[in-house]
Formats: sequence, C-alpha cells, structure tokens
Amino acid sequence: MDANAPSTSAPVSMGTSIIAVTFNGGVILGADSRTSTGNYVANRVTDKITPLCDNVYTLRSGSAADTQAIAGYVQHFIAQHQAEEGDHVTVKTAANLVKMMAYNNKDIMQAGLIVAGFDKYGGGQVYSISLGGTITATPFSMSGSGSTYINGFCDKYWRENMSEEEAMDFVTRALRYAMTWDASSGGCIRTVTITAAGTKRQFIQGSLIQPTYGELPREQIVA
Amino acid sequence: MSGIGTGYDLSATTYSPDGKIFQTEYAQKAVDNSSTVLGLRCKDGVVLACEKLVLSKLLVEGSNRRIHNIDRHVGVAVAGLAPDGRMVANRAWDEAASYKRVYGEPIPGHVLCERVGSYAHMFNLYWSLRPYGATVLMAVYDKNGPALYAIDPSGSSLRYFGTAVGKGRQAAKNEIEKLKLSEMTCREAVIEAVKILHKVHDEDGKKFELEVSWICDETNKQHQRVPPELLTEAERQAKAALEDSDMDD
Repeated sequence: MDANAPSTSAPVSMGTSIIAVTFNGGVILGADSRTSTGNYVANRVTDKITPLCDNVYTLRSGSAADTQAIAGYVQHFIAQHQAEEGDHVTVKTAANLVKMMAYNNKDIMQAGLIVAGFDKYGGGQVYSISLGGTITATPFSMSGSGSTYINGFCDKYWRENMSEEEAMDFVTRALRYAMTWDASSGGCIRTVTITAAGTKRQFIQGSLIQPTYGELPREQIVA
Repeated sequence: MSGIGTGYDLSATTYSPDGKIFQTEYAQKAVDNSSTVLGLRCKDGVVLACEKLVLSKLLVEGSNRRIHNIDRHVGVAVAGLAPDGRMVANRAWDEAASYKRVYGEPIPGHVLCERVGSYAHMFNLYWSLRPYGATVLMAVYDKNGPALYAIDPSGSSLRYFGTAVGKGRQAAKNEIEKLKLSEMTCREAVIEAVKILHKVHDEDGKKFELEVSWICDETNKQHQRVPPELLTEAERQAKAALEDSDMDD
C-alpha cells in the first residue's frame, strides 16, 4: 500500500483555527473551513460556526462528529429551556450546557468548543470549553491546532473595547496567519458577528485572503 | 362559613356539583386560620414579615422558624401548617439548586414560582395525596429586579406588589393598599410591615413574636433576617402608633 495514499478510515477531525473576541457592542466569531481525514481534505468549505440559539453561537474544533453531536443536544436543551425561561437565553447558560455535555462524557469525547454570544445582561461574552470540560470566561479566545501559532500575535494585538471594524480586522488577520502555518487549517474564513441588533454572517473566500510574507500571491501561480 | 360539601369533599379527585374541589378549599382554610404573614414589594427590594404566636413559655425564642432561605437571592415565608410549608420550601430549594447546576446561573423568580406552583398543584390531582395546607410567600431579587410571589394550596402562583395571608389578612390588605410601595425603600417598608402586624394582631392577650426578613439593594440582593436594631426600632414605632390611635378614641 502506498504510504501516502489518503486513508478514509482515519477519524474525521477538524484540525482547526477558531477564534472569538469581544468588542464594544458584541462578539465576533471566526473560523477557517478545513475538515481533514488524515491527509485528505474531506471538506474545504466547512462551516464550523454553529448556532445554539438566536443570540449564541459555538465554534467547533476536534472531532467533527463529537462537536456536531454536542451542538445538536445543546440546541435541543436550549429550546426546551426557552419554553420556561422566555426568549432571552444568556450566553452563560448556553456555555454551561455545553460544559455539562463535555464534562459528563469526557472519557469518550474529543471536543474543544468556544461558546460566544450577546445577551442584554452581560453584553458580549466568550466562554472556552476545553477537552476535559473546563470552562473559562475570557475577553477573547482561540482554539484548535492552528491557535498555537497565533498566541503571541493575539496577545500583542488584542485591545479592549475595539470597534466592530477593528475587531473584524483582528479576527481575519489572526486566522490568516493560523491558516498559513497550520497544515490542518485552511480554505476560507467565515465569521459571525453578534450584537444587540442581531447576527451577521460574512465569508472571505480563500483567493481573497492576503498572502503572508514569503507566500506567492495566488494569481501568479502558473498551472 | 362557605358551603359544607357533604359527600363531595372526601377526596381531592371529586368535584362537587357546583364545580368545586372541597379538599383544596379545606386546605385553603388551614392557611386562613394561621397567624398573619405579609409581603411587600418596594422600589429596591422585598420585605417578608410573620406574626408568630408564642404557644408556650417553654419554647426558645426564635424557634418555630417560618421564613426560609431558598437560595442567596430567594427567601420564602410560610403560612398555614408549618410542616407542610417546610416541604414546599424544601422543594423550592431543590429546584433552585438543580437549576443552578444545569444552567449555570441563579434561578429566575418567574421560573421558580412556576415550578413550586406545579409541585403544589400536583397534590390536588391524586386520590392518594392531600393538598399542602400552606401558602408560601416568595421574595426574589433576580436579574429582572425584585418580585413577590404567592403560591397557595391549589397551586396557583401569582405575582404581587403586596399581599397578606392568614387570620388578619383582610385588615392587613386594607392597610397595605394605603401604602405607596413603589416609592418606599425596604428600610421604610420593614417599619410599615411591623406596624401592620401589630395593628391586626388579635388582642387576645397572647404573646407574639415577629420574624421579618428582607432582600434589597442594601443587603446586596441577598435574602437575610432584618438586623435586630431595625426590628427593635420598628416595634417601638409600631407600639407608639397603636397608643396614638388608642388615645384618639
């Protein structure tokens, strides 16, 4: 067997770059779009930003199946919760439900999720839930295999109370670098912006992502 | 005394011909015969106050607790059969704790009162159970602000600006209606509550104790017993007010 042949029996994982930041007025969630099965890119236009309810979204990294299952369950629990509580589900509640699923099933799951959204009590919030079910609330967070390459960048360039444009610029720059250096991240950049006014999806296709230093711009690669 | 439902009042699963469930009504009577409990919702919080008749000189002062903490931001005062009220309060505690565990934040007042209401209502549905003979006045201060709820033996839960249950409820409610609660602070309301309890107390000569609690901005939104100095001052003003009205006669 050719050792380099793609193996479809390798677990479908989202070697991933995901990031969520709070800004003055809400949160922005950003992700790359690559899902890999070993060396084979199973999906190059993946949507890793999944809604849990109208005002809270989650970014998924790790096993694609595990994170989809968790998101599905939490969507269901939140819908039930809304019947009792009324429409305004807080980000903390959504994050807590995700944490309970991750923590109670830690021995069989491989899921790292970031839950971010906007509610009228706490404004924009970001909660990161790591592999064992630890939940931490931070003003911004990144996760996935690509996140390690941008820890320094994010620490240096993140500021409190950025405007929406500044925050979007920060997210896209960070993802751009992560996608450059991480083999398991790539494709295009998807973002979701959540504010009091609602949610907004944006998409930056791969060819429009500015190349980093040392990379050839796409147009000049001759077939 | 409203109609005695001969024959139709033996179980909670029997309607009377005029559409009443007498067991529930009898449970309500148990509450009506208890000593007075009142609640006041002011602009910055809620006050709960209980009149407790001292049944024996052998009882340690402050025993026979009628006000319970359900969570930091919720307290209940019980009227009617004390052990029944304790069961309902325990259930409220359980609901609040499990909500916090699952949803990560303190239970909102409107959710807790619905859950306690459903619980109390359940005991009106089955032949093998009897309705709780207790009304629970619930004081909550959650992210939506302060609120006062009353859950009665039938399971109905209603939200109030101010209410009273027990023997002196009619007279107490008349007094409460005279108050401008939305302009009052809890500190002022404690004094009014104690005045009302003294006023409506049956002058049987029976000694009575007061149990008063509050939850407001001043207590950092936590349900607590009213500090003894405030209680003493309130009692002093209440007794003075009674003497004044006596002298007017």
